[in-house]
Formats: sequence, C-alpha cells, structure tokens
Amino acid sequence: MQGLGAVAYSAAEPAFHESWQAVARALLMAVTEAADVSGGEFRHAIERMEPGHYLTSDYYEHWLTAAATLAVEHGLVTRADLEARAGGRYPLSGPVVAPPVDHARTDVDEPRFGVGDRVQVREWHTPGHTRCPRYVRGKKGTVVRVDGIHSVPDVEAHSTLRRTEPTYSVRFDAAELWRDGQRGVSVHVDLWDSYLE
Amino acid sequence: MTEHGHRPAPPSPVEQRVAALEALLTERGLIPDGFIEEVTRRYESEIGPMNGAKVVARAWLDPAYKQRLLADGTAAIAELGFGGPEGHHMVVVENTASVHNVVVCTLCSCYPWPVLGLPPAWYKDPPYRARMVREPRALLAEMGCALPGDAEIRVWDSSAEVRYLVLPQRPDGTDDMTEAELAEVVTRDSMIGVALL
Repeated sequence: MQGLGAVAYSAAEPAFHESWQAVARALLMAVTEAADVSGGEFRHAIERMEPGHYLTSDYYEHWLTAAATLAVEHGLVTRADLEARAGGRYPLSGPVVAPPVDHARTDVDEPRFGVGDRVQVREWHTPGHTRCPRYVRGKKGTVVRVDGIHSVPDVEAHSTLRRTEPTYSVRFDAAELWRDGQRGVSVHVDLWDSYLE
Repeated sequence: MTEHGHRPAPPSPVEQRVAALEALLTERGLIPDGFIEEVTRRYESEIGPMNGAKVVARAWLDPAYKQRLLADGTAAIAELGFGGPEGHHMVVVENTASVHNVVVCTLCSCYPWPVLGLPPAWYKDPPYRARMVREPRALLAEMGCALPGDAEIRVWDSSAEVRYLVLPQRPDGTDDMTEAELAEVVTRDSMIGVALL
C-alpha cells in the first residue's frame, strides 16, 4: 500500500493512552485462552476487518474487534448480545472466505536451504491467511539465517490441524523489489519453507 | 454533575463496545477476578524499553556477553531475566559505523515485548509499515535519524516467529559511565532502529 503520508511519530509513549485499550488487550487474551485460538486465526480475524474500519481505527480497536469476532465465532457470546449491551452497532470482522484446510500435508523436518542459498518466493494469491508478504512474492533473495521449525500460519488459521516447517530469513535487494535504483538497502523477510519454490 | 460544574465525558462508542464485551465475558466466568488489573500492571510497569536498555548496556560493557547476545539473543536476554510472549525467538542485530539496522512488521505489529514493551502507535500504523520497506532511507531521514549517505541499511520485517532487537552504537563521551548510567542513555527508538544515540 502506498501514498500513506507522514508517520505520526512520537518519541515517548505510554503502553496505553486510554484505559479501554488495556481492557481490550486483556479481553483479547481472555477470548484466545477460552476458545484456544491460534496466532494465525487471531491475525486472520484482524485481516478480515472491513478495510475502511481497519484503516481508520487504532491497533487496540483492531484487537477489540478480533476479540469480539472470535468470541461470536466460537460461541462465547452472540452478536445480538453485544449490540444490546453496547446500545448500538457492533462492527465485527467479515466471514472467513477461504475454504477450511482439511489436509495439513507432511511436516518438513529438515531445512531445504542453507545460508547463502539463492531462493525464489512462490507467487500465489490466497483468500485466506498467510504470513508471506505480497511484496516479496515471485522475488529472488538470499538466505541469511535458518531459524527453527514452526507451525505454518496458513494451516493453523483455517484448521485445527497443524503443519510445521523450517523458517528462513531471506535478504532481498530493495532495488530489485521496487525497481527504483535505490542503493545500499536490503530488506529481510522471514519465510516458511512452503513459501519458497 | 460535579460541584465544579463539569461532568465526565460520556463513553465513546469504542469504550461502550469494550464495556459490553467485558460484561458478557465476565458473566460467563471467562475473566478471572483481577485479571484486567494484572494485565494492565504487567504492560505498564514490568515490560518496556528499560529492559532492552539493560541488555544493550551490558553488551557495551562486556564483550563476552555481546558475543553471546549476537549468537543467541534469546538465551543472552534470558540471562538478564527477560523473556516470554513475543520474545521466545530473539535475534539481535548490531549497528556499526557503516551498517544501520531497522525493524518493522509490515503484516501486523510484531515487536519484542519482553525487551521493548508494547509497540508505539506509529509502529503499528500503515504509514510506517508500508514505507519502511519501500523507502527506508527517506523515512529514516524524515524521522530525524540522520545516517551518512553511504550507510548500508538493513531492514528486518518480522514476518514469522523471530523478533528483532537492534544493538545501537555506543555514543561517544560515555567511557566513564556505569552500566546503570549507560542504560539510561539507551532509547526505545534506538533499539527499533529509527534513531541514533
């Protein structure tokens, strides 16, 4: 996304500007605990927010919206309950549009790549959750670090199944990503094994 | 109405939504007594950049510690008693006279909570997330981080499980300082990589 303007920077900032933000943080923790929500499912709940609402609300409101959405989806509360208590409209995230993941496929136990290897990111477009940023899809980079084996977010967001794979930190030359000739800049993105060709 | 003639502001819509979800979850027994207060206290006073500053100060004074920190961030940070959610897989990247590191999470707001606390609002907002990978040299300059024109910039997008901490350069004129005094010099922004010391 581009054309977003200046960063609203401040050097000193409290953890919470307003007390409701701390409560929203705690409510999200309570819901994810009660409904056993994975990190992937939680992040996807935020990604499913109506785009205008997402861009015009702060991160604590994102957390609140995810908490309320997950509470409804997991049957802890109903939307009608929420609206009645709030005395008005209660915006929730949109429905999951990706099909459920029925087969987790096989875990990857050994890294396919090592430090220094050239890799290419797969190019695909999912209606569901992924942690592969769009700006590196199809791009080539170099592995600079091989990290641990971790649960694949694309699976855990859409299933109770799990698949684990190695993750890699991959260095991309910024000029190759953006085709703008900028010099001396590299961008490192941490990617699961299945994100790579 | 109070005797001073003003009344508290009515709750905003987001505060009403927080209160509604809090009430419903409490009625269902999903929020233990004191939980919200405990979460607030933890994020406001236990975790924050004062923890990361202690790590940096130790690394400046103790070359063996610095070596361990760069080799295995998680273990070296745990030596000082810091760890937990969003800090299980720490990588520390070192700034030098010619290399500048800066951290972003383009997909959401991943941030090393045990050493830096909750992220500042600007870190979670779209302008920072979009522009730090697209035009980091211009954005750093705009945020007041004046790098030499030929400095190499390494951007780290925390897109998987690793969380990054920048080890800033020790400023001149600090040779006589104690570890506690050095920790006072270290700022949150220098450990994100959007400021120099």
